[in-house]
Amino acid sequence: MTKLSYINGLTLVLLLSGMSTPAFAGSEDVVVENAWSRASIGVNRPGAAYMTVRNTGEDTVTLTGLTTPLAVMPQIHETKTNADGVSSMAPADEITIEPGQSVALEPGGLHAMLMKLQNPMIEGETFPLTLTFSDGGEVTVEVPILGIAARGPES
Amino acid sequence: MQRRHVVQYGAAGVGAVALMLGVGWWRVDGPGAPKPAGQRPLPLSAMDFRLTDHEGNEVGPEALIGRPTMVFFGFTYCPDVCPTTLSDISGWLEDLGDDAARMNVVFITVDPERDTAEAMAEYVGYFHPAIRGWTGPEDQISRAVEAFRASYERVPTEGGDYTMNHTASVFLFDAKGELVTMIDYHEPREFAVPKIRRALTEDVEGAT
Repeated sequence: MTKLSYINGLTLVLLLSGMSTPAFAGSEDVVVENAWSRASIGVNRPGAAYMTVRNTGEDTVTLTGLTTPLAVMPQIHETKTNADGVSSMAPADEITIEPGQSVALEPGGLHAMLMKLQNPMIEGETFPLTLTFSDGGEVTVEVPILGIAARGPES
Repeated sequence: MQRRHVVQYGAAGVGAVALMLGVGWWRVDGPGAPKPAGQRPLPLSAMDFRLTDHEGNEVGPEALIGRPTMVFFGFTYCPDVCPTTLSDISGWLEDLGDDAARMNVVFITVDPERDTAEAMAEYVGYFHPAIRGWTGPEDQISRAVEAFRASYERVPTEGGDYTMNHTASVFLFDAKGELVTMIDYHEPREFAVPKIRRALTEDVEGAT
């Protein structure tokens, strides 16, 4: 099981236990910042979560998937808006993050799509979301649930 | 000599007129014509569709004429773009302050199968109170989307559900129902709010 370490209020970052043994090639240096999500109405509609995934290490890391007890089918999706102004959403490919770089999961772009919610997402609560990487490592972040009309991690 | 010149000038003139007619045809009706089918929505007065608002009232485009209007399409099972657009619009309306009360703000669902009037009521209740939710039979939704020159498409997702691709732009009309401009998805607020103010100003000019 993993251990939570809380950093400045809403930003809760979890690092893998056993960091001292470099069993993984890169993912132990991944930091997740500014995670947030919007409350849901019931469980029928999919939810979405946003965050910045930063690679502070010296190896390239590849984000391959998500798991969470909150949703049966969590997936990284990407929204695209074409030249005609039509938005569409599809599962994203694996996301590669170079050393020193970060990837933003933000409204209208990449996001953690939470399909088949097990429980309603209630404003003020949090839920754990685990990011899995190609080296076998995992990073779990505790995601705060904000209001349905939230626009970002501070709202 | 003189006469040949006249004939030459005459021929050149006929050629020039023919060329102008040709260019005119090419630009207006021919392949060079702008594509109205592409982008520009009809004026609200030329639209014809019947929907139900989130309070159960029968509504249509004519209900919007007389006040400046903001219209956008979406669906309440949309996890990313739609709540983002609704919160952006709520923010714009907050910035407009009292002027927001002088506008119609309408969210038309492209997913009437799941978005009943009750579902719309619950959903819009979380956003700015000026936002109205419209739904209705599929054929009427389709007519509305067509009139706005917008588009939508049902796309199956893994696990047997579906999502909707749809036009994410916000349409702005003046009080007479003429299109003022569109706000593209993700347009910064510093551009969006002045555009809305322009629709409100054209309302004032139209009223005098």
